Amino acid sequence: MSLDVAAIRSEILKGLQRIAPEADLGALNEDEDFRRALEIDSFDFLRLLTALHEQLGVEFPEADYGRLTTLDALANYIAGK
Amino acid sequence: MAEFLMPSLGADMEEGTLVAWRIQPGDKVRRGQIVAEVDTAKGVIEIECFLEGVVEQLLAAEGVTVPVGMPLARIATPEEVEPGTPRSPSAQPKPVQPKAAPPEAIPSSPAQATRQKVAPRARKRAEELQVELTRMQGTGADGEITVADVERAAEFPAPPPTQQATVSTAADDNHGPTRLRRAIAAAMARSKREIPHYYLQTTIDMARATAWLTAENQSRPLARRLLPAVVYLKGLARALRDVPQLNGFWIDNQFVPSSAVHIGFAISMRGGGLVAPAVHDADSKSLDALMADLQDLIPRARRGPLRSSEMTDSTITLTSLGDLGVDAVWGVIYPPQVAIVGLGRTQLRPWVADGELVVRPVLTATLAADHRASDGMVGAKFLEVLQRQFQQPEEL
Repeated sequence: MSLDVAAIRSEILKGLQRIAPEADLGALNEDEDFRRALEIDSFDFLRLLTALHEQLGVEFPEADYGRLTTLDALANYIAGK
Repeated sequence: MAEFLMPSLGADMEEGTLVAWRIQPGDKVRRGQIVAEVDTAKGVIEIECFLEGVVEQLLAAEGVTVPVGMPLARIATPEEVEPGTPRSPSAQPKPVQPKAAPPEAIPSSPAQATRQKVAPRARKRAEELQVELTRMQGTGADGEITVADVERAAEFPAPPPTQQATVSTAADDNHGPTRLRRAIAAAMARSKREIPHYYLQTTIDMARATAWLTAENQSRPLARRLLPAVVYLKGLARALRDVPQLNGFWIDNQFVPSSAVHIGFAISMRGGGLVAPAVHDADSKSLDALMADLQDLIPRARRGPLRSSEMTDSTITLTSLGDLGVDAVWGVIYPPQVAIVGLGRTQLRPWVADGELVVRPVLTATLAADHRASDGMVGAKFLEVLQRQFQQPEEL
């Protein structure tokens, strides 16, 4: 699967906005820990991954969760799948 | 005939605004049915009926703010609407007569309408606290005034009758985080004022639980994966079976144990504050069922609506702050519960096992308990039993 990184990013941001409707995602840095910045707990993180899996068909083994902390890392991970 | 009263949805609730009725005069209602939506400091709550019968009359209009314990609706109980006992021998029995409300049933003067029922303990407590019983509305069975009603009246003296029901306007500032903040402030201040907390702490080896959960999740698709929280919930619920002295309520100066284990699960709200709705019967649910409960409960806690039973049934609270990276959390008991369990994050730490220094994922568990209801012995036993639950995760 070779998804456009920009399209992936927009899916991630859509998912984040659903979880954190009040957040200004424009202020989020690409290399910032978005879970910390947006106060996303493990429940919401699982919801985000589930939504991305449904939209993009990507699998996220639990062992990889720890690597998926920034917008860049998550988008590149999905693009590399 | 019975009155359905504005329920108290927690130690911190004084009044609620009726947002919408889900019933109409003439409707049959059964126990547990959602009959109304009420706006509270904790958002809009779906109110479940605890009576069974036919709705005779709605006594509060939508948009009106009603104090806890004031009647919201009149419900004819099954005996009154029994088909075999028609009210008039000639006519067909009508299920309801919404227009035929007797004149004394004016909501603003309910105390004169019916003879007051007062629990003996409540009467005694009212004397102690010098609370006037005449204008009070009870929230007990058949509107009986309970000790809790008296204590609430002592804490929040009733406003003059003219102010008892007020239509809220857009100008009200009692929405959102500020109002939730005030409700939390009231409940927590009451807790610290009334409950002599004692605190215990233990460190738990989570190697087995973590390994088991990791293996379990490896074989599961994303949507069916389990979070550590469900392991915590089940472990806590199981531990309470062995130590029931921490599961229940402090009411009328004594501990009232609960046979059911309903765990209030603390959920932080985006924008500040928290609510701890009940995960019902956590001791008898599978981990999958508990996960489904959380998936239902967490979004509703954050965006509404929760149900009244979820606001009032909890027999203990669990606060798990591991996601926030803290090592340990010491909770403040939510009255009338008698204990709160706090779990920090699971992290790798040096650990001694069988005389060897090893690295293990460990977790700090704390207990804050009401010293009126239990002693450190009980608390220590509880933490030991809790610790053991996490050593046999496959049993959970």
